[in-house]
Amino acid sequence: MRTCFGFGFAFAVILGAATAASAAPGDPLPPKTVAWSFDGPFGHYDRGALKRGFQVYTEVCSACHSLNLVSFHALSEPGGPGFTEAEMKAIAASHKIAAGPNDKGDTVDSSGNPLTRPGTPADHFPPPFANEQAARAANNGALPPDQSVLVKAREGGSDYVYSICSGYGQTPPAGFTVMTGKYYNPYFDGWNISMPQPIADSSVTYSDGTKATIDQECRDVVTFLTWAAEPKMEERKHLGFEVILFLLGFSFLLYLTYRRVWRDMH
Amino acid sequence: MSGPSAYVPTTALTRWLDTRLPVVRFAADTITNFPTPRNLNFWYTFGGILTFCLGVQIVTGIVLAMHYVPNSDLAFNSVEAIMRDVNYGWLLRYIHMNGASMFFLAVYIHMFRGLYYGSYKAPREILWILGVIIFVTMIATAFMGYVLPWGQMSFWAATVITNLFSAFDQVVPHLGTAITTWLWGGFGVSDATLNRFYSLHYLLPFVIAGLVGLHIWALHVPGNNNPLGIDVKGPQDTVPFHPYYTVKDLFYLVLFTVLFAVFVFEAPNMLGHSDNYIPANPLVTPKDIVPEWYFLPFYAMLRSIPQKLVGVIVLFGSMLTLVFIPWLDTSKVRSSRFRPIFKWLFWILVVDGIALGICGSESVDANFFYTPIPAVWVARFGTLYYYAFFWLLMPLVGLIEKPDRLPDSIAKPVLAK
Repeated sequence: MRTCFGFGFAFAVILGAATAASAAPGDPLPPKTVAWSFDGPFGHYDRGALKRGFQVYTEVCSACHSLNLVSFHALSEPGGPGFTEAEMKAIAASHKIAAGPNDKGDTVDSSGNPLTRPGTPADHFPPPFANEQAARAANNGALPPDQSVLVKAREGGSDYVYSICSGYGQTPPAGFTVMTGKYYNPYFDGWNISMPQPIADSSVTYSDGTKATIDQECRDVVTFLTWAAEPKMEERKHLGFEVILFLLGFSFLLYLTYRRVWRDMH
Repeated sequence: MSGPSAYVPTTALTRWLDTRLPVVRFAADTITNFPTPRNLNFWYTFGGILTFCLGVQIVTGIVLAMHYVPNSDLAFNSVEAIMRDVNYGWLLRYIHMNGASMFFLAVYIHMFRGLYYGSYKAPREILWILGVIIFVTMIATAFMGYVLPWGQMSFWAATVITNLFSAFDQVVPHLGTAITTWLWGGFGVSDATLNRFYSLHYLLPFVIAGLVGLHIWALHVPGNNNPLGIDVKGPQDTVPFHPYYTVKDLFYLVLFTVLFAVFVFEAPNMLGHSDNYIPANPLVTPKDIVPEWYFLPFYAMLRSIPQKLVGVIVLFGSMLTLVFIPWLDTSKVRSSRFRPIFKWLFWILVVDGIALGICGSESVDANFFYTPIPAVWVARFGTLYYYAFFWLLMPLVGLIEKPDRLPDSIAKPVLAK
């Protein structure tokens, strides 16, 4: 037992020493920890935050970032932002989806623009750029990642995306030079990020009267993006609670059966 | 223990059936009446748990295959379509994904249990070897399954592992390259690779199911080993499998499914790597290419050797070694309970496996788990201990160790309690 404590102590000392050794320039800061409404086994998405986050995505992020995997019909499904079917259809119709060739075989209209049609619930969010090259050409060579599963595709998840979103506007430490065409963000690996600060105070005007601070907007859009990445989370956690409760009850009954069957053997 | 059948058909139908296709007799002999040592503990329930895991993987896998598209342009999005648009697709996929982890968790416990109680010793050598073959087939199946979602880790894991075979270039020039090209069906991991991995990923679970049949057959001839490691002396040492072990296995199986459910419903992506939600991109190499947790100890062994061919030999040798265990262990005593030295070496091996796993999860040049020691050196000593345990200590300890006195029979210590 004493050796155990000895090892534990040595371990704690080493741990402390390792943590104290500070990070080299370019090493990302650990993401800020945010208390999300969707944390924990009973977590659910804050509906207001989802709707506001959808607004931030539409008015800000969608200028560069696609949301290829998300379909419009998801916007009115249970566990999502909770738009009514009519609202969802209006949102879909406000997007132009590539169409054509038409029944004459044309792919462009009389003025040479590609044919489009209004979106339907079955359509996915159309991308802001026609292809990767167009996206890079418009973004100083960098490719804005698709945001459909972005939260799941980054270590640190929602906290990380929030930290990137709200991590601008800080002064780089002395001796660290920000590369030309890049921006300083200490939460990004290497600290040089290609994305300029995406969100400022009042980047959007919330219709529900919420004050659009950077922090509020980042929280909202990250809630929306977490939903986009994991649209069935509420259903999953709800079902999971029932399943686990059932299994625990079932295992208790089995335990009693087990004791009963083995009673005479011990 | 597979003595004469004690089954007596009681109805006209079963009597008729018994002289034509005695399936009821078979079931009665192997499941209901099968005499089983009365002292099997918790660690013996993992055989049943593993059968359950295989069944779950096959059933969820078959349904997933109805929706999955094995094409390098469509695979990633088809998995996401399963998650979003297929009824309970998210559940099927998360069960299948975490089911692989649960399967390996159970198989490692099952193997360490066999090692601790000497379940590989005569007359159970073939039972053990079949188990090793199942384990290796599981590794191949899991590896190919991990490639199917076609994320960054899928692609680069496939690249790293298939490239291992190019090490044979050092034996016969161009041989290794020829093998990798043949495995890929092209000059790199590509659509052809994804397609064949999908085909084999669908095939191998049924091969495993067949091997499991043989494994259970080989178990039923000598019967179960037990925590005391002594032979069954008579009927007083055994109980019928049903209801004694059916209920015990079922109870622990349901407890196991609680753990399974916690992962599936509460932390479905915890055991995975976030990079696998980035679509595969042959032009961008991830910062660290990390396999799933259950391959980490073997990955650490591979990376600890600077020479590629030797590393590959060490990797495959570590699995091949398991085949020889029945003959490497020179001790006549099965159970480690009565082996004072071997018991300690066993637990060091368990810790060694965990340490190797940690090494495998670190970047190549990292220090080991908050210590100033380079992980690669921990992995080197860990690999050394792994090989030394089986090839040096196991034969040696059996000769010099003085085992504790064995109990006279299974029934005696059980009743004495």
